[in-house]
Amino acid sequence: MPAARTGPSVPVVLAVAVPVIVAFAVLPRVVDLYQTELLIYGLTFAIAALGFNLLLGYTGLLSFGHSAYFGMGAYTVAFIVRDLHVQSMELCILAGVLSTFVIAALFGYVCVRHTRIFFGILTLALSQVLWSLAFKFFWVTGGTDGIRVARTGITLLGGLIDFKGSGSYQKFVYAYYYYVLALFAISAALMWVIVHSPFGKALQAIRDNEIRAGFVGIRVRRYRWIAFVISGCFTGLAGVLWVPLNGLTTPDILYWPFSGEIVFMTVLGGFRTFTGPIVGAIAFNYLKVYAVASSQYWQMVLGCVLVVLVMVLPTGIVGTLARLGGKLRRG
Amino acid sequence: MALLQTVDLKRYFGETRAVDNVNLSIEEGEFVSLVGPNGAGKTSLINVISARLTPESGKIIFKGEDITRLSVTQRVRAGIARSFQLVNVFDDLTTFDNVALAIFSREGKTAHLGTLAHLDHAVANEADAVLKQFGLAAKRGDNARDLSQGERKLLDVALAYALKPKLLFLDEPTSGVSTRDKGQIMDTIASVVRGEGITAVIVEHDMDVVFKYSDRIVVMAQGAILAQGTPDEIRKNEQVAMVLLGSSGPDAFTRKD
Repeated sequence: MPAARTGPSVPVVLAVAVPVIVAFAVLPRVVDLYQTELLIYGLTFAIAALGFNLLLGYTGLLSFGHSAYFGMGAYTVAFIVRDLHVQSMELCILAGVLSTFVIAALFGYVCVRHTRIFFGILTLALSQVLWSLAFKFFWVTGGTDGIRVARTGITLLGGLIDFKGSGSYQKFVYAYYYYVLALFAISAALMWVIVHSPFGKALQAIRDNEIRAGFVGIRVRRYRWIAFVISGCFTGLAGVLWVPLNGLTTPDILYWPFSGEIVFMTVLGGFRTFTGPIVGAIAFNYLKVYAVASSQYWQMVLGCVLVVLVMVLPTGIVGTLARLGGKLRRG
Repeated sequence: MALLQTVDLKRYFGETRAVDNVNLSIEEGEFVSLVGPNGAGKTSLINVISARLTPESGKIIFKGEDITRLSVTQRVRAGIARSFQLVNVFDDLTTFDNVALAIFSREGKTAHLGTLAHLDHAVANEADAVLKQFGLAAKRGDNARDLSQGERKLLDVALAYALKPKLLFLDEPTSGVSTRDKGQIMDTIASVVRGEGITAVIVEHDMDVVFKYSDRIVVMAQGAILAQGTPDEIRKNEQVAMVLLGSSGPDAFTRKD
């Protein structure tokens, strides 16, 4: 008897994912430099939201402190570029993810002892410790001025590509776009495997019913911890990639409203689906940029969108599209 | 040597003695029914043995080892599994994934995060076999929350069974199920458990079911063991009839309908 299908078919997923990545690869030839830059931001945030959603969507833990890991990645890059004169982006990634790993393991160890609101508050409180350090120790962190990370000092692919000389800005945006796109594709593939692995299933079981999860032999707290660390590392990677693009890291990205933005992105796209956070992050980035450009009351615009979203589209963009698609198919 | 032995096990809730000096012994391969009026301490006893509750005092010896201080997951690994009175499954996972997860856990594979769960054919085949045994094969792709109450009860038992335990506690596997489905569920459970030679302890209110399936019956009242013996011995025990039915006499357990 042929085994009936029990999970997503890899060829089908590739048949969807590959054309999407190809479309993204073609985009910079169609849109202008500014739009390309916006897309890099979107893809960077998408990696952060993917990491965040391993906790929210798959483990059932709402973190309000993911700014800590994004900021940890960003500040690590700023420190090693400024103080150790590191140029290689690959070294930056290595150091940034490593430091995020350490801080996420430490914070996670404390946070996963609790769930629900207590978990959320703890993640928030711990992230604010990092923020206050960045804010107050200005002789190390530059305080509110932050630390500048000049893209001209950065090299990609072990020094193969650098951005010195004239026309370097344009060169940087295009090269960096493909660099981030590749890392995004790798991150998404990795995360997809994780959530469809036995470990991913165990996380979903913990999300659904932590007591029964224990009674089928799953070490609930340890698994939550591992999920926390993985989640932090993805968000840390996003922070690393964000710095050279932004050219500067400031305490803003450690402050709790930024954690809220990561939650917003994920809810906007839909946290019950794998692709939701990706779509949400890219959409949120446009939303924010255009809201800021069009009105000085941009926070109010975002707030209204959030209210409408929760009331009308609680499953987010992707969840709603999937439901509509299902309706159309059934006729 | 008994498979499970509790020694002076105690668990109080304030003044209430939920488990009061219980010395219970379960032999390997037995099918034991735990009966008693509501509040007799049956579920509390199972909760203490399965580490859902910690005992005030006393010891739990399983396979000759003191497991009193082991955690839930450590006891599951040692070979103790249980189902729940109120259905306790993974609602947003499919029926198949529920059972597959228990198998992954038993095989120590839930820590694997670099392989795709659905490509593990050995686990998939076993999960399908378990679903078939429990009559849930047609529902493998449905989320657990969409199953009927009877199916959810069966899935709850199937989850525990898929762990291939040495000792299986079933807390009212037929509660909240229509009388028609009750017999079918019990037949399914009894055939599966006996077929695998699993030692089972079942909490049940329906005395017809209890007499039909048990090797031995343990009667609890007010947290303590009141009597135990074969179905015949318990049927004749007037004290038990008084406690369970409020009346005694030779026909006390015969259904008058």
